[in-house]
Amino acid sequence: MVTIPYLTAITTYFSYGIYFSLGQLRDLFRKIIDWRKPDDLQGYAPICLGLEDFYVRRLYLRIQDCFGRPIAGAPDAWFDVVERYTTDNFKTIKRTSKTTRCLNLGSYNYLGFAASDEYCTPRVIDSLKRFSASTCSARAAGGTTRLHTELEESVAKFVGKPAAIVFGMGYVTNSAILPVLIGKGGLIISDSLNHNSIVNGARGSGATIRVFLHNTPSHLEEVLREQIAEGQPRTHRPWKKIIVVVEGIYSMEGDICKLPEIIAVCKKYKAFAYLDEAHSIGAVGKTGRGVCELLGVDTADVDIMMGTFTKSFGSCGGYIAGSKELIQYLKYTCPTHLYATAVSPPCAQQIISAIKVILGEDGSSRGAQKVARIRENSNFFRSELQKMGFEVLGDYDSPVMPIMLYNPAKIPAFSRECLKQNVAVVTVAFPATPLLLARARICISASHTKEDLIKGLEVISDIGDLVGIKYFQAEPKKRQQEEGRVKLN
Amino acid sequence: MGCGKSNAFPYGELIWTHRKGGSTIFKFFAHRQNPLLWIYSSQVKLLDKMEFSVMSFLSNALDWVRVAFDVPFARAVVFGVHIGGHLVVEALLVIVILFLLLQKSYKLPQRPLSETEIDELCEDWVPDSLIPPLTEGIKYEPPILDSAAGPHAIINGKDVVNFASANYLGLIGHEKLHESCTAALEKYGLGSCGPRGFYGTIDVHLDCEERIAKFLGTPDSILYSYGISTMFSAIPAFCKKGDIIVADEGVHWGIQNGLYLSKSTIVYFKHNDMESLENALEKITRENKRATKLRRYIVVEAIYQNSGQIAPLNMIVKLKENYRFRVLLDESNSFGVLGDSGRGLSEHYGVPVEKIDIITAAMGYALATDGGFCTGSVRVVDHQRLSSSGYVFSASLPPYLASAAITAIDVLEENPHLVTKLKQNIALLVEGLSDVPGLSVASNPQSPIVFLRLKHTTYSFKNDLQLLEDIANLMLKEDSVFVVASKRIVKESCSFGAVRLHLTGYFLIVIAFCPAAGSSSVLQLLP
Repeated sequence: MVTIPYLTAITTYFSYGIYFSLGQLRDLFRKIIDWRKPDDLQGYAPICLGLEDFYVRRLYLRIQDCFGRPIAGAPDAWFDVVERYTTDNFKTIKRTSKTTRCLNLGSYNYLGFAASDEYCTPRVIDSLKRFSASTCSARAAGGTTRLHTELEESVAKFVGKPAAIVFGMGYVTNSAILPVLIGKGGLIISDSLNHNSIVNGARGSGATIRVFLHNTPSHLEEVLREQIAEGQPRTHRPWKKIIVVVEGIYSMEGDICKLPEIIAVCKKYKAFAYLDEAHSIGAVGKTGRGVCELLGVDTADVDIMMGTFTKSFGSCGGYIAGSKELIQYLKYTCPTHLYATAVSPPCAQQIISAIKVILGEDGSSRGAQKVARIRENSNFFRSELQKMGFEVLGDYDSPVMPIMLYNPAKIPAFSRECLKQNVAVVTVAFPATPLLLARARICISASHTKEDLIKGLEVISDIGDLVGIKYFQAEPKKRQQEEGRVKLN
Repeated sequence: MGCGKSNAFPYGELIWTHRKGGSTIFKFFAHRQNPLLWIYSSQVKLLDKMEFSVMSFLSNALDWVRVAFDVPFARAVVFGVHIGGHLVVEALLVIVILFLLLQKSYKLPQRPLSETEIDELCEDWVPDSLIPPLTEGIKYEPPILDSAAGPHAIINGKDVVNFASANYLGLIGHEKLHESCTAALEKYGLGSCGPRGFYGTIDVHLDCEERIAKFLGTPDSILYSYGISTMFSAIPAFCKKGDIIVADEGVHWGIQNGLYLSKSTIVYFKHNDMESLENALEKITRENKRATKLRRYIVVEAIYQNSGQIAPLNMIVKLKENYRFRVLLDESNSFGVLGDSGRGLSEHYGVPVEKIDIITAAMGYALATDGGFCTGSVRVVDHQRLSSSGYVFSASLPPYLASAAITAIDVLEENPHLVTKLKQNIALLVEGLSDVPGLSVASNPQSPIVFLRLKHTTYSFKNDLQLLEDIANLMLKEDSVFVVASKRIVKESCSFGAVRLHLTGYFLIVIAFCPAAGSSSVLQLLP
């Protein structure tokens, strides 16, 4: 967990205070100036009242150019960022036709399948010719093709479960599966930093939701004991079932879930475990099979394993893997399976081919090389950043590394300066992270070479000095025992 | 025998009389000024000696009390009010009463559960299994296609006529689409590897949004990465707790999920019934006169996915302007189908498209790609870029699908005869199907989704479904015609605020499409 130094906390609050009061002042002026103008809403209520979109109007719009940057090519290790300009002080941004070639440290391209791949792309184009770009119907109503069944079998084999079911979008997978599995009278215990799709799915299910402290199995045990003893709220009847939802790698912290302890707790208290491996499938583990392989957990212990294909497989869609009965049941009741368009056939083919490459079934060792390279790259990058004195979150082996910025003014400073030096980074602020803990998030890919990483490190180091985010003391060049060397973490 | 009298003091006088037989009667005469204190005399049997000591004790005590009342402040005069000693006692009593009133009521002491008790409870608790036991009906497997879902598909090695895919304009397998997809795949790879806010915005997305907005004539549009997530992300972005939504009973699951997630007050009106809608609007306006800050929406679909009815847009727009509601229209099945050039329901009814506030559509139907879009005014679209969860927290649409959408719209714009051909096919199909024995057409004759209902139902949903599925299987096996029976989620305990499965029964769904199947296949449909 991140602990913010006092001085930084004070300055950050101060900065936000200034922005807030300036924003209020501007709102006041706007109200005065618009006093006489007739309201063009004609009796309809405004879409956003007063302070609802204050943050968007007065804070986010000032730094709008740091987010949503369009690119003009594949999101590979190096890509083309479209240049944009504004004529009205960032209220609207227009794009030009010029592009800059930048190093990509922001896309989720863990195994390097983002651009056209020598094995996958020809097969994808074949499947396009054979099955066309879309099936135009739901899986249960004529949208199931040979590719879909093959895809589900290969996903199940890769993940290590008896059967799997595939959907067209990862977000929808979480939102639509949780309501099917649990309803009123059930309890969902989820990690405090879970993704928005899990929160939406939990809310849509109608079950009671409780939160446990991020990645703390002891607190999970406390919550479980308390909830089982108390029962349902107000009636105190026993719960129908309890599902504990955790993620493999948390995308904003970069740390890996403490899976063995959490599974032990779930087993002891007879709760079901739901693991969301959106970022970890393909990216961690000796053969890329995810958190279970990395931490040595038997896949039979996790009841429901969910994941997405967007990050490591360069495709789109999500899957759920579990026992045969579970998948059979989901095929019968899941609304996405019955109503939503099936996975696009070229996407399905890309996943099948990517899995073949990772497992080495295409006859080459590219897959194993990719998995090894991403591990080396992430560990190298992380240790170098820590040596330079940055505050980097996340565990060893995880390809996601957030660098803490804290102050709101450093967000656009870091982002724009990096772009000037042709490095594209992602900066995240409120509301995706807590107000004080703004950060820049780096995602390493297997397609980054050592030179790319070194260049990235140099640029980040320079700009880190310029912007002032080296919160820890940098390790001196001579790495032998020196007095007063600050112990990191 | 004797009697005595205590010294007079403000409350009254104590007079005692000794009677024969040793008893003493105490009488207290309260003064008329102080009706508060009446001490009634009590008879006490005393021995003479004790009687005397008690007497003297009592008279001493009374003397003390008298002294207390003679305390200087008791004789003081404050604000012209004579403070007699009695006021002091009254003040003391008032303080005592207040003190008692402010005491907390007596609660039984709570004993928290001990650790061993919690352990026992945890051991005793038996959860339900994750899924209910599987029945035979669950093991149904849909037929698997071995080719593209075009007008003719290959199932189990046989060539069948495909009436089950929503390929209205026949764009599946179109070479222009294939060319643009192939070019996009080679240039951009397959996935977009990021959400729209973090380098997942590719120039084809922006081009696609501009193209859609230009085609429909609206200021701006926004792309979503999956058809069904369009509605259930758009609705919670605009409707928050406290807002009012008037929705049709028969909207599809995506919309129902969105309505549930928005936590607004939802009023349903009867399926496609304008009178019921008007009544609902009237009732809401009457009850909420003061609510000018209340956002009010009407949610309808252009062609209902669950029943094939078409919403009468002209009447809805009239009602909306009357009562000041915003309209959210889902044009998934009507984009590319209705209207002379395929621009949807607004063209069909001749309503200017600016009057509809928010139009959403899934592109997985007429446009033969995947994903969805939402158009409206600039304010509406910009708002969604930051507050729509399915847009912000999810990876963006794969670029090849966006470029397929652009090409599909280009093809549609260049060839408006596709739309007229589709209309002719629909008319042909409906005509042919309307005199099929045992089944009747239950949808609007202009809808490309034709719903066939059993004329004589068995009054049991399960049996109806079984019968329809049997018909569908038979048609597939013997006549090589592929249709599907409508599927519904049967899990009643799904708590989406009671998912309204507008169950008027199950239907056989036949979807018309453009390159003509011709009357020969219509004849084949006779069971």
